[in-house]
Order: sequence, then structure tokens, then C-alpha cells
Amino acid sequence: MKYKDTLLNGTEGLFNPDSLTPMQKLALRFVVVGILYYGFAVIEGMIMRIYQIEPIPIFNSEHYFSMLTAHPLVGIFGSSYSIVFGAFLFLVPFFMKKPLWSIKLGNWSFILVASGTFIFWFSDFLTHFAPLYTLYWPLPADFTQFNPLAGAIFILGIAIVMVGTLFFVFNIFKTIAYTPEGHEKVSGRAMLASATGFSWAESIFRKKSKRRENLVSLPVAAVARGTVDTLLNALIITFTGVLILVYMVAAIMGYNLENTAVDALLYKNWFWWGLDLIADGLVLIFVAGTWYILATMISGKELYMARIARLALWVELVVSWTVWSHHLLSDQAQPGFLKIASGELVTAFELITQGLAFFITLITLWSARPLKMTNPLKFLLGGLLGFGLAVPAGIIQADIGLNRILHNTQWIIGPHVHVAILVGLTMTLYSAIYLLLPILTNGAKLYSQKLANFHFWAHLIGGIGMGAFMGMAGLKGMLRRTIYYEGEYKIYMIFAGICGALLLFAFLAFLYNIIMTVGLKGVIGIFTPSKLNTKELLPESNK
Amino acid sequence: MVDSELVLNGQTYAYTCYAIVVILFILGFGYMITKPGKAGVLKTSLFVVLVVMLTVMGVSLHIATTQTIPWVSMDLNRADITADKVFNITVENHQFQLPEEQLEMKVGEIVVFDVTSNDLTYGFGIFRQNKTMVCQMQVVPGHKNDLMWKFEEPGIYTIRSTEYSGPEGHQMILKDVVIVSE
Repeated sequence: MKYKDTLLNGTEGLFNPDSLTPMQKLALRFVVVGILYYGFAVIEGMIMRIYQIEPIPIFNSEHYFSMLTAHPLVGIFGSSYSIVFGAFLFLVPFFMKKPLWSIKLGNWSFILVASGTFIFWFSDFLTHFAPLYTLYWPLPADFTQFNPLAGAIFILGIAIVMVGTLFFVFNIFKTIAYTPEGHEKVSGRAMLASATGFSWAESIFRKKSKRRENLVSLPVAAVARGTVDTLLNALIITFTGVLILVYMVAAIMGYNLENTAVDALLYKNWFWWGLDLIADGLVLIFVAGTWYILATMISGKELYMARIARLALWVELVVSWTVWSHHLLSDQAQPGFLKIASGELVTAFELITQGLAFFITLITLWSARPLKMTNPLKFLLGGLLGFGLAVPAGIIQADIGLNRILHNTQWIIGPHVHVAILVGLTMTLYSAIYLLLPILTNGAKLYSQKLANFHFWAHLIGGIGMGAFMGMAGLKGMLRRTIYYEGEYKIYMIFAGICGALLLFAFLAFLYNIIMTVGLKGVIGIFTPSKLNTKELLPESNK
Repeated sequence: MVDSELVLNGQTYAYTCYAIVVILFILGFGYMITKPGKAGVLKTSLFVVLVVMLTVMGVSLHIATTQTIPWVSMDLNRADITADKVFNITVENHQFQLPEEQLEMKVGEIVVFDVTSNDLTYGFGIFRQNKTMVCQMQVVPGHKNDLMWKFEEPGIYTIRSTEYSGPEGHQMILKDVVIVSE
């Protein structure tokens, strides 16, 4: 087949978008947009990497900090949320053997998350509104530094993403609870209690013989419990957005509201409680759930210690509600008992819950030995390694003594955040993409295994390397969220930049490989309405 | 009190060793899982040992640092400790205002940096000549922000904001303003 034919129609012309069900199209739309926004985040990240080596004159500091504001939000909402939402809107019905409650609502989630992300990114690009994702009070309401109209548009974009998120949450819970036509009637309340873990918690107090069986499978329970945190987080961010918006609208109308009316420390506690529902809640729960799904699908075996895994997911949910204070260990007015109980001890439980997920996944894979080193398996191992490195790095900084000399250094954002997100989370998502690709595309064939191998090694080495060099600079005193003009940490930043470039090349290789797999016509075809009028997940030919 | 640079060096070695072990473990697992061999599952008793090991690792770090990093107990009990010197510092409009041009103290003295913000959330960090961080805290408006410290090494130190406070905040640096003598 000629190159041009492959570029237009995909490898061997095997991908036909007309054969896709509405559900397949919905999942693929989320994935395609998630990959594109990942590209946005990688390019912004690379520009900032260059700026850390040498503050280049084409960007001023305002532009730099606006990129620093948009970069994590595009990465989390535009990319990770999109891919996760697409995957779970497909997988929950897949494991429950019933259709999604509403494909229409799913498409609205897609439209709102994609458009909301573009609005806040583009607003930031034009106006340089830069309070960072932390939004420490009263910075977002400091109109001597920022234009209130710019901020209002930015917050509007975030709010649109949150509405899309709430639609996703509603759709997931309705799908778990509802009984489709022709199916035996089930109690929606009992299904939700089982999925979220309440019936399990209640059964602890029952005799073993009287305990109820789990109504939903472990993967669905994992998705449901992560979705609880997704809901709480969306509510916190929405409330905070409304609060900031009140100040912005007042400023636009010529009134100057007193920003001391909001207690900065209380706000910081509130906001970190909400943010940690992402960082220490839904990410860890969704990732553990995804590891279990991938391990059982790759190995074809039952999950090892499934009951313990279910317990660990429940513990992780409770931990995620009580862990936020590790972000306030350097706040001297924060009560000491919160620093020790929530900041140190509860945080240490993440080592236990994530460690359990790590070993349960490895042992499940081992039970099927020998396995072929497929793309899903190698990326899954990469994802496990990422969290194996990043979680202990987080536990180290969540220590009253060490936080005094690590807080806001590059250590936090390198070995912990970037290794967790880029290596741990992203490689887990890549594993899921490689695994689901033939299912979602009705048998499309990957264009190049060599490119997939390059993607794997360049991403793994780039991600770990970048985190390592950032961490070394952090231990030498380099701060995050600032600019160095005198080349103080240049050598570390050059190596981090080289590793960042590896990540960029890995992404380009992956993008090219996927485009050549499905073809440009195929990519466009994903966004046209399905010709199949069915609520089924897969067409008859792919069942 | 040990110098914080010693703690940073210790952490560097400990985490590097840990990272190498984990990377080699996953590489080894990836290699072994493709080879034919016994595919048994882990015994429950060994799994319990793993869980206990994770618990001990998670909690023991904090117990160890509480016992070995001396500024932890000083920080948690600072309300009951009398300082040799207190420096009242204010921050406003991205500017530190010191009580004197230079803050002078002696090695071993217990000093308190009491920093008040009149507008935004800032950071307050002290850095050595080689740019490494001695210590830091957040400076939150409307609240008391007091950092108690004892310097172990004589030298000249720099103050720098360690928290983002808008694009104007990244140049909040007061070079060579903390003087610690023998």
C-alpha cells in the first residue's frame, strides 16, 4: 500500500469509521481530544523547559506564568480527564453487560470538557491571567496584577469543564443503577451501595454467613469510588470558581469587594481538600482500578486477592478525604495536630494502599507467566514503575521535618508530580489505549511496532530522567513557580530539557503511529455521526 | 542541631538507592515474566508480610525524622520556647521590609522570623551562598507566620520568597541580608 493511501485510509485500510457504534465513537472522540490536549501540554512544557535553561526574550515573565497556569489544567482536564472519561464511559457498560445510560449525555460531557478546556487555555494565551492552579487567596482577586474580565473568561472555561464532569458522574452512577429494558429488575440503591463500598462497610458488622455478595465487579467498584471523588472535587472547584467570579464581576462593574472577607488559610484548607480529591483521590483510585482491569485482561486470570483490593480501594477513598494537610506543613498557623494526623500519618496510608495495588497487579501478571511482552504489558509495567518511584517521593515531602527544606522546590514537581503523572498515570493510560485500540476500532492494525517501541523507551527514559534532574536541582535549592536569570541551575535544566525533548519525540512518534493506523479519513470519521442506530457497545461483527 | 544541608544530602543518597532498586526490580520482573517457568501465586502469609512491610515503611519515616531532625520538635513546641532574638518582618506589594538593613545573629542562638503579609500569600525562605535552602515557610495574610530556627554554620544568607504571588513576585530576593557569626 502506498504511503499516501496509508496516511488517508490507515494501515491496510482496516479501519472503517462507518462500522463504529455510537458508543465506540464516543470513547474514541474522548481519546483523540485527550491525545491532542496532551500535545498542547507537552509543547507548553517544552517551552517552559527551554525558559528554565535560558529565559528567552520572545516570552516575558507574564507569558511564562500564564503557561505555568494553563499547563497543568490542560494536562489534567483536557487530556487525562478526557481519556479517562472516554475509557470509563465505555468500560463500565462493558463490564456490567448493559448499555450506557445516556450516549447523548456522554457526548455532552465530551463537548463541554473539550470546549471548556479550549476556552480557559485560549483566554490564558491571550490575556496572561496567571494565578496558577493553586489560586491562593487573594491572588485570583488581585486586580492590580490581573484583568478581572480575563479572569472571568478563564473561570468560565473551568466551569464548563466542571459541568461536563458532573454529566460524566451522573451518567456513570445512572449506568450502574438503572435496569435496561428486557433485563431482570435490580435495586439501583443496592447497586450503588455495592459500587461505592457502603454495603461492604456495613457487612463488616454482620456474621460471615449473612454477608451480602458484591453486586458489581471490582473494576466497576474502582470506577465508582473514583467517581465519588470526581464529584466532590467538581463541587469544590465550582464553588471556588463562583466565589472568585463574584469578586471579578464586582470589579468589572466598578465595585471593589474587600478580599480580607475570605480567610486565606481557611480557603487554602478548603481548596487543597478539594484538589487532593484529584491528586490523592480519583487519580490513585482510578489508576489502581485501571491496573486491575489491565492485569486481568492481559493475563486472562482472576485478580489476586480481589477482596483485599476491594478493601484497599475503600480505604483509599477514605484516605483521600482526610489527607489534604500535607500541603500545609509549611503553614505555621495550621494546627499541629492536623499536620501530624492528616499531613503525615494519613498520607503514609497512601504508601500502603498504592503499594497493595502495585503488588496485587504484579502477582496477577506473574500468575500467567510466561507472557508475551506486548505494548499493553510494557506500558503497564512503566506505569507501575512510575508510581513505585513517585509515591515514596511524595511520602518523603509529606514529613514535617523534610517539608521544611523541600516545600515548593523542584523536588515536589519533578520526582513526585511529573513522575506520577507522566510515567505513572500517562503510561497506564497508554497501556489502556494500546489494549483497547483493536476493540474500539473493530480490528485496526497498528502501523508500526518499531514506533511503539520507540514511544515506550523514549517516554519512560524521558519521564524518569526529567523528574530526576528536576529533583536534583530541587535538592540544591531550586524553587518551582519562579524564574532564574543567572543560570544558577543551568546544568540540571539542560539535562531535564533533553529528557523533555525525548518526551516530545515519544509523543510525536505515538501520534504519527496512531494517525497512520486509522488514517486521516478515519480520524475525521470518528467525529461524524454513527450510521448504526444501536445502544450496543460493539457491532455484531466485533462481538 | 544538624545542618539542613546534611539532611538534604542524606535524602539524596537514600532516595537514589531506592530508585535504583525499584527500577532494577521492574526491569527484572519484565524480563522474567516473558520466560517459561513456575507461574505460582504468592502465599497469603508472604502477602501479609508485604502489607506489614509497607505499613512499617510508611510510619517509620516520620518516627525516624521526628527523632533525628531537631527542628521538628522545636517547630511544634515553639510557643513554649523562648527565643534569643525575634525579627519582625512585613511583606507588602512584593517587597520584604526588614527591621534592620541586615539581620545579625550568632551560631547556636534561637531566633524567630515573624513575618506578616499585608496583602497576598508569599513565601519566606533562607538560602546559603551555594543557593541551597536552609529553611522556609509560607506567609499567609491575616495569620501569624513565625519560623523558629537555630543556625549551625556561620555565613551570609539570602532571603527569597518561596511562594508564587503573581508575575511580579519572582524577583523578591534580598541578597546577603542574614549574617550569622561565630
